[in-house]
Amino acid sequence: MPNMSLTKNPMPVQEPDVRNHNFEEVALGYTKEQAVDEANRCLHCKHKPCVAGCPVAIDIPEFIAKIKEEDFEGAYQIISKSSSLPAVCGRVCPQETQCESKCVRGVKGEPVAIGRLERFVADYHMANCKAAPVKPESNGHKVAVIGAGPSGLTCAGDLAKAGYEVTVFEALHTAGGVLVYGIPQFRLPKEIVQREIDTLKEIGVKVETNMVIGKVLSIDELFEDGFEAIFIGSGAGLPRFMNIPGENLKGVYSANEFLTRVNLMKAYREGSATPIQHAKKVAVVGGGNVAMDAARCAKRLGAEEVSIVYRRSEAEMPARLEEVEHAKEEGIVFRVLNNPTEILGTEDGFVKGMRCVRMELGEPDASGRRRPVEIPDSEYVLDVDCVIMSIGTSPNPLIRNTTKGLDTNRHGCIITEDESGQTSREGVYAGGDAVTGAATVILAMGAGKHAAKAIDEYIQAKK
Amino acid sequence: MYEILKKTILNPTVARMEIAAPLVAKKAEPGQFIILRVDEGGERIPLTVADFDREKGTVTIIYQIVGATTMALNQLEEGDCLHDFVGPLGTPSHTEGLKKVAVIGGGVGCAIAFPVAKKLHEQGTEVHSIVGFRNKDLVILEEEFSAVSDKMVMMTDDGSYGTKGLVTNALKELLDAGEQYDEVIAIGPLIMMKFVAKLTKEYGVKTIVSMNPIMIDGTGMCGGCRLSVGGQVKFACVDGPDFDGHEVDFDEAMERATMYKEFERHQYDEACNLFQKEVR
Ligand SMILES: Cc1cc2nc3c(=O)[nH]c(=O)nc-3n(C[C@H](O)[C@H](O)[C@H](O)COP(=O)(O)OP(=O)(O)OC[C@H]3O[C@@H](n4cnc5c(N)ncnc54)[C@H](O)[C@@H]3O)c2cc1C
Ligand SMILES: Cc1cc2nc3c(=O)[nH]c(=O)nc-3n(C[C@H](O)[C@H](O)[C@H](O)COP(=O)(O)OP(=O)(O)OC[C@H]3O[C@@H](n4cnc5c(N)ncnc54)[C@H](O)[C@@H]3O)c2cc1C
Ligand code: SF4
Ligand code: SF4
Ligand code: FES
Repeated sequence: MPNMSLTKNPMPVQEPDVRNHNFEEVALGYTKEQAVDEANRCLHCKHKPCVAGCPVAIDIPEFIAKIKEEDFEGAYQIISKSSSLPAVCGRVCPQETQCESKCVRGVKGEPVAIGRLERFVADYHMANCKAAPVKPESNGHKVAVIGAGPSGLTCAGDLAKAGYEVTVFEALHTAGGVLVYGIPQFRLPKEIVQREIDTLKEIGVKVETNMVIGKVLSIDELFEDGFEAIFIGSGAGLPRFMNIPGENLKGVYSANEFLTRVNLMKAYREGSATPIQHAKKVAVVGGGNVAMDAARCAKRLGAEEVSIVYRRSEAEMPARLEEVEHAKEEGIVFRVLNNPTEILGTEDGFVKGMRCVRMELGEPDASGRRRPVEIPDSEYVLDVDCVIMSIGTSPNPLIRNTTKGLDTNRHGCIITEDESGQTSREGVYAGGDAVTGAATVILAMGAGKHAAKAIDEYIQAKK
Repeated sequence: MYEILKKTILNPTVARMEIAAPLVAKKAEPGQFIILRVDEGGERIPLTVADFDREKGTVTIIYQIVGATTMALNQLEEGDCLHDFVGPLGTPSHTEGLKKVAVIGGGVGCAIAFPVAKKLHEQGTEVHSIVGFRNKDLVILEEEFSAVSDKMVMMTDDGSYGTKGLVTNALKELLDAGEQYDEVIAIGPLIMMKFVAKLTKEYGVKTIVSMNPIMIDGTGMCGGCRLSVGGQVKFACVDGPDFDGHEVDFDEAMERATMYKEFERHQYDEACNLFQKEVR
């Protein structure tokens, strides 16, 4: 008899007023009992609508069936056929617009908590299954992967499993991409990412950090070095600014800089060598996951008041639902339908305020969302000493500027032929944010998977 | 890991290290920089490629001890390793087609200016060097500079060595004497570069400066190194570090450089205590 409760098993979390002072993980994960109880909400629909909502088509009802049987490792094996980073995706996927949006239980009541179950299974596996992964026999072919984010790591993992000798080149001193420098510890513990990377190393993937491709080596030189195919998963790391007056004042950060200081450089730790401003009143401009992360980090660093300043309404916010809810619980103030026009500074160049104008929603624009328009004479000054710009990123030009014949579009995104990730250069594949612009972990992972398959076919066909 | 093959003390606060980094050495050009971390958990700091040897696979850095990280770096000796060493970053200095150039170095900025002067000299450009220091004890790279310069002027603030005065005094003298330069390249403290640019603007001589804002990634990812140049926002780590000195907003750059002053002072004091304890 399935569990017909209309609501998901709630996720145990740290209390908001406790967690907004620490960097420990917010969501604590289901217990076995909760997981089994939640699994019992699944109806095992024959046509599996949920699977169609998952970019990597995890066999959702199958893995949930294993949870019901309390065969958690079996559930893990099913997930890992389609996903290489379940512990990550279970935590950060925007499930409400993906798998869970298609779940029939969501028609009346809440959908099955697919993401939470996925996380449970992945965490169970990590905690209980110590079997060392087996290193596959080498097929003698070399492939280079640029960027150690989710797309690059997934591509590398799949190719290594197929016997390729894979080297991942990463610009920063730590592998993981946005998973380590962007998404904060309290949402995605870095130990989880590290575990995934260690597993890749155990199956033979070489990870070379401190290698900025386009500077130290070019794509052409990688081919000369004997790599037969190259996957570019360099992400979309170039921050955008608003180009309003005052953006170069001290106390104005890009979200990338702020989050990098906090996450990658551990500025939140007592005694860290990395400086960060401990501001009192912070405005974060933007409405995506990045903005939520920056706001919640600022709060945890001790800010008294942190606001999200977003020019559309809450309904248009691109952030995951759960992040918006968590941010609100933690006391982040949402100033929606507000747009900054100028940042004001003190005499010695520090931020002292931000001039904003109120907005209202007009006709739908190209994105289908209603276009925000300024309300005349509605300007006011928000009292802040720190502003974090979180209005989007675009792909870094380093690789496209140093690679002849690699076509990109006007946004700087690499153009690929189709799902395979084939670029305009033979043997060069690309995927993830470098192709799509800032998107999601699971899409980046999916792109890495498709490219791995295409690279395998390409190299096998050459023989 | 990147081994320190050679360490030379240049003056009480400046030292030179030759680091084994074959891939960086292969690609490095004058004007570019590297970013290093002394140890796990340490800060990322940028330092200019002061020299390189493609055959030996080494990159030379020259650093001034100004804070916690450079002090930690200075604790290392030959045979020790740096945790991270990434580069070459930034755009190489543009030297093509220059017939006659005045290269101006101020303090440790001489370390950044030297590789450019050397490259100009090697390509046959006439190089006039003006190097300035606060006093005699701080002089570095004197021989190296004279070896690549057709004319060399040594200035000290207090007159304890060379001529007393600022590098701008020496440059003005040369310009007034009728020297015609295709370009002036000025590298040193922001305030020095600001005044060199101001002077050369009056004389209508193109001037390149090398900017050193606070950096983290050095690849264009954080935007922390941004500057206003000709009214536009530029990222020093990818668009620079060389910029047209007549276009740079030096006042803004000077403001931005003081962002973490308090924190840095604190870290420095901590590091002083720590390393003194170790010695005892
Ligand atoms: C703060 C933040 C929060 C987010 N939250 C979520 C979320 O909750 N859910 C979700 O699904 N998505 C989220 N995203 C988006 C998601 O993280 C990205 O879509 C995803 O990481 C893209 O993966 P990628 O592999 O394409 O690129 P990245 O993760 O960006 O990795 C690219 C890697 O390539 C390296 N690189 C770049 N250039 C070079 C070069 N020239 N040479 C060598 N290496 C290079 C970079 O250093 C980086 O490590 C978030 C993003 C951010 C910034
Ligand atoms: C492109 C570039 C090239 C440079 N080349 C040289 C060089 O060849 N030799 C040399 O001695 N110095 C050079 N510098 C400056 C050098 O990076 C700083 O002196 C060093 O980071 C100081 O670190 P610290 O922890 O010892 O001192 P801190 O106490 O942290 O800081 C002292 C001073 O260094 C600046 N600084 C601190 N952190 C950084 C950072 N991450 N990036 C840039 N500046 C910072 C601060 O604004 C402050 O003025 C260069 C800087 C840049 C940006
Ligand atoms: S990977 Fe993401 S979309 Fe796919 S099932 Fe898991 S949570 Fe849902
Ligand atoms: S749609 Fe929902 S109920 Fe149906 S199989 Fe998928 S998860 Fe189970
Ligand atoms: S140092 Fe981060 S963008 Fe230049």
